[in-house]
Amino acid sequence: MLSFTIRRLLQAIPILLGVSILVFLMVQMIPGNALDLMLPSDAPKDLIEKMKAEYGFDKPLWQQYLRWLWMLLHGDLGVSIFDSTPVAATLFDALGNTFVLAIPAAVLGFGLGIFFGVTAALNNGKAADKALSMVSITGVSLPHYWFAIVLVVIFSVELNWLPAQGMQFDTLPSTVEGLKSMVLPVITLSLIPMGVVSRVVRAAVLEVMSQEFVNTLNAKGLWSRSVLGHILKNAAPATLAVMGLQFGYLLGGSILVETVFNWPGSGNLLNLAIFRRDIPVMQGTILVLAAFFVLLNLVVDVAQALIDPRIRR
Amino acid sequence: MTRNDPSARALRISDMPRDRGGPAQPMLILKDYKKHFPIRKGVLNRTVGHVQAVDGVSLTVMKGEILGVVGESGCGKSTLSRLIMHLIEPDSGEMIFDGDPLSEHTGLTVQALRRNMQMVFQDSFSSLNPRMTIEDAIAFAPMMNGVGRDEALARSRGLLDQVGLAAAMFARRYPHELSGGQRQRVNIARALAVEPRMVILDEAVSALDKSVEAQVLQLLIELQERFDLTYIFVSHDLNVVRYISDRIAVMYLGRVVETGSVDQIWDNARHPYTQALLASIPSLDPDRRTTAAPISGDPPNPIDPPSGCRFRTRCPFAETLCATTAPEVQPVQDGAGHTVACHMENPASGHSRAGTGARLKEIAQ
Amino acid sequence: MNRSVKDTASEFPAVAGRLNAVPSQSPGYWTLVRKRLMRDPVTLIAAAVLVLIVLSAIFAPLLAPYDPFMGKITQRMKPVGFAGHLLGTDETGRDMLSRLLYGGRLSLTSGIVPVAIALAVGGFLGISAGFFGGPVNSVIMRVTDIFYAFPSILLAIAICGMLGTGLFNTLVSLTLVFIPPIIRISESVTTQVRSLDFVEAARASGARPFALMRYQVLPNVLAPILVYATSLVSLAIILAAGLSFLGLGVSAPAAEWGLMLNSLRQMIYIDPLLAALPGVLIFLTSMCFNLISDGLRSAMDVRLKL
Repeated sequence: MLSFTIRRLLQAIPILLGVSILVFLMVQMIPGNALDLMLPSDAPKDLIEKMKAEYGFDKPLWQQYLRWLWMLLHGDLGVSIFDSTPVAATLFDALGNTFVLAIPAAVLGFGLGIFFGVTAALNNGKAADKALSMVSITGVSLPHYWFAIVLVVIFSVELNWLPAQGMQFDTLPSTVEGLKSMVLPVITLSLIPMGVVSRVVRAAVLEVMSQEFVNTLNAKGLWSRSVLGHILKNAAPATLAVMGLQFGYLLGGSILVETVFNWPGSGNLLNLAIFRRDIPVMQGTILVLAAFFVLLNLVVDVAQALIDPRIRR
Repeated sequence: MTRNDPSARALRISDMPRDRGGPAQPMLILKDYKKHFPIRKGVLNRTVGHVQAVDGVSLTVMKGEILGVVGESGCGKSTLSRLIMHLIEPDSGEMIFDGDPLSEHTGLTVQALRRNMQMVFQDSFSSLNPRMTIEDAIAFAPMMNGVGRDEALARSRGLLDQVGLAAAMFARRYPHELSGGQRQRVNIARALAVEPRMVILDEAVSALDKSVEAQVLQLLIELQERFDLTYIFVSHDLNVVRYISDRIAVMYLGRVVETGSVDQIWDNARHPYTQALLASIPSLDPDRRTTAAPISGDPPNPIDPPSGCRFRTRCPFAETLCATTAPEVQPVQDGAGHTVACHMENPASGHSRAGTGARLKEIAQ
Repeated sequence: MNRSVKDTASEFPAVAGRLNAVPSQSPGYWTLVRKRLMRDPVTLIAAAVLVLIVLSAIFAPLLAPYDPFMGKITQRMKPVGFAGHLLGTDETGRDMLSRLLYGGRLSLTSGIVPVAIALAVGGFLGISAGFFGGPVNSVIMRVTDIFYAFPSILLAIAICGMLGTGLFNTLVSLTLVFIPPIIRISESVTTQVRSLDFVEAARASGARPFALMRYQVLPNVLAPILVYATSLVSLAIILAAGLSFLGLGVSAPAAEWGLMLNSLRQMIYIDPLLAALPGVLIFLTSMCFNLISDGLRSAMDVRLKL
């Protein structure tokens, strides 16, 4: 198990390096010179040369990359072009705000998803299964940014129960107003994980139920909660894998929902950076979110191997 | 139907003389074939050992003969089949097919070998493409070898009739609509479609019901005579091997321990492992009922096989010599072609029973 | 042992008799799939709705009652059912029905085209990786792993954000996003099929790698890959509209559902129903693709781990 964990950790290193190269190269795809975005078009030539040297743009690409990587390894994500604040600090605050939404959304979405999935599988083919399958397929088909607008129309515009946008607290909600401001974004975010998890759980439970050992348990008269326990334990690795992916999507995909609700999270930060052409902030945000996703997958793999020894190769 | 039947002759790709080496030249000579599969483990995925699946196997198969290969599961029989077909590349070893050495540059190529040698697999279902009709599955190989589609399909239907499946009824069906026995007949027809001279039957009847197994065995024998084929018949079932084979090779942990004609093996087995195998066959004669277990324990792990003679850990006659030196393959006095790899057969080996050829059967009685 | 040649036909009549009732021509796999689909009302309805949406997008110039890009400033924000404007007008007085019809062209294109290209490229790479194994597999799959390290929405936004707005850049970024998952699924099903005996047997019959891939592997991996790709179209449509919604996709005054949703967003206090209309179409199209994917999956009897 330890060997598996260490091997899996070592495998993550080249992927993280690849991610950093990809993020670095993405910036090179920007049409035109990165400096053109930072300086007015009538800037004097010697200023351009000076800036070039300062940012290292006069060096070959691989040297620029190594320099950037070296800074990264020291926790330095650079400075925002827009307001000269360190990217790392801004990003850290924004990530916190994203997590405040993502964690309750994950709990809600995964909880409902598992419940729906198991219920649907146990009622395989019956009306309850069909109804729940429709719910989950709706969950994965809804454009969540649109669903967010619909929620705002109903609960903010028509009923005036909840605020339409904005985060009504710092770091953690402590007041009713603060909690109220979280309700709509959390519901919106939980929609996709609910749909995906319930579909995967349903399929995994059905698969396990079709295996011999469930029949054996039934034949022994053990059909009851203990059989359900066996089934859930065997369906757990697949469920865990999809939950890991979905949590990553909650963080990385928060940009649309955060834009609708004007929530100051990492997605919103990325959106602003894109429109301000603030390259260090763009690079930093994308890189950190991707790195988090890689580590999340790693944790899921190890957790899967803990539950199911067959996965340790 | 006989060998000279015109319909059988029409199946020939060309009228070129196919027998290149003459009747005395063995169809296949295998020299010291080896295949070790690496096992990777640990943090760096280092190779920590090798499964010695096939470890120095030498075999000779004469033209028109059926060579049975027997052994317990895991002894390397199936790996050997795939090595001979070159579906797995051997680590080392030499092959001579009808006088032509197998070599990509100067001799017979693998591609050419496969026009002369075909294989039937154990699992009749997974060895047929579920998306292909039976006739297409059989016609595939000739088409890959340059035969036109119409001719290949005609040949395919002809072969279906030859293996006892009416082409009119079965040609357009899919594998899942057939029974195990019928599917194995299709696999046999598929193997014959390139008009091979030699067929490797890897546990080809092992998965079938006993009654179906007998029918398919009978069919194999008929086809062998009709098309003048040479078989390597790999099986764990001694009775079946005895029924169909002319000669038998006994394998243990990746090595051939004894070879000989059916009678030599049956009546005068020299290797303790062969004797144990024979003693394990359930007898219908109440006077010859087996009381003591003829062989105990599981075969050792092929990753780390015993030193010297590989059978020594389960052999009742094992001595220190057996742990230090691997026995050479040597001829047995009783007749031509009988060979065995055991120190007890070699008077000069130093084994306390050397030259006496101790008989397990006698001791058991 | 008796090894005399017996006539095989002697055992054959029994077999023939048993099977006489069965027709000798059995339906092929795709015929069966079609038959099963024909008995699945949900999938049929979804397909019918989708055909309707696609046709109305194709024939938008014939169907649209107004120019989708020209509005009358006096006719702004007319409600659904307003005389002369069946679905009302938007914030600059353009006819909503016409814009929604035209919008389907861009939205469907940016949903279907990237997945189609990704299917060709990713399918080829994934099947090759699974089929050849070894170093070919390692190179393709390790590069895929890197792309896979990005959540799909993040990758699409990142590439689009770098490349800039416009239909072409949307297509490029979405194609890049969908290649890795298609490679993964293709590689995994191909690896399973490749290890089956019939591929070995075909190899033993002297077939060259390309022929093995074309005749033995491809027909057996196509169904699951297609099913998966259909479900990706649903995601692609949501993502493409999402990019426009963020202002990263096509730009005004183009008619595109995501963009319309964005520009009407400020109008939710005035006419929420009107503002929600483009989203209904995104949802409906995406739902149709998901339902069709599910229907295909059960008709093709494909087991997929998503």
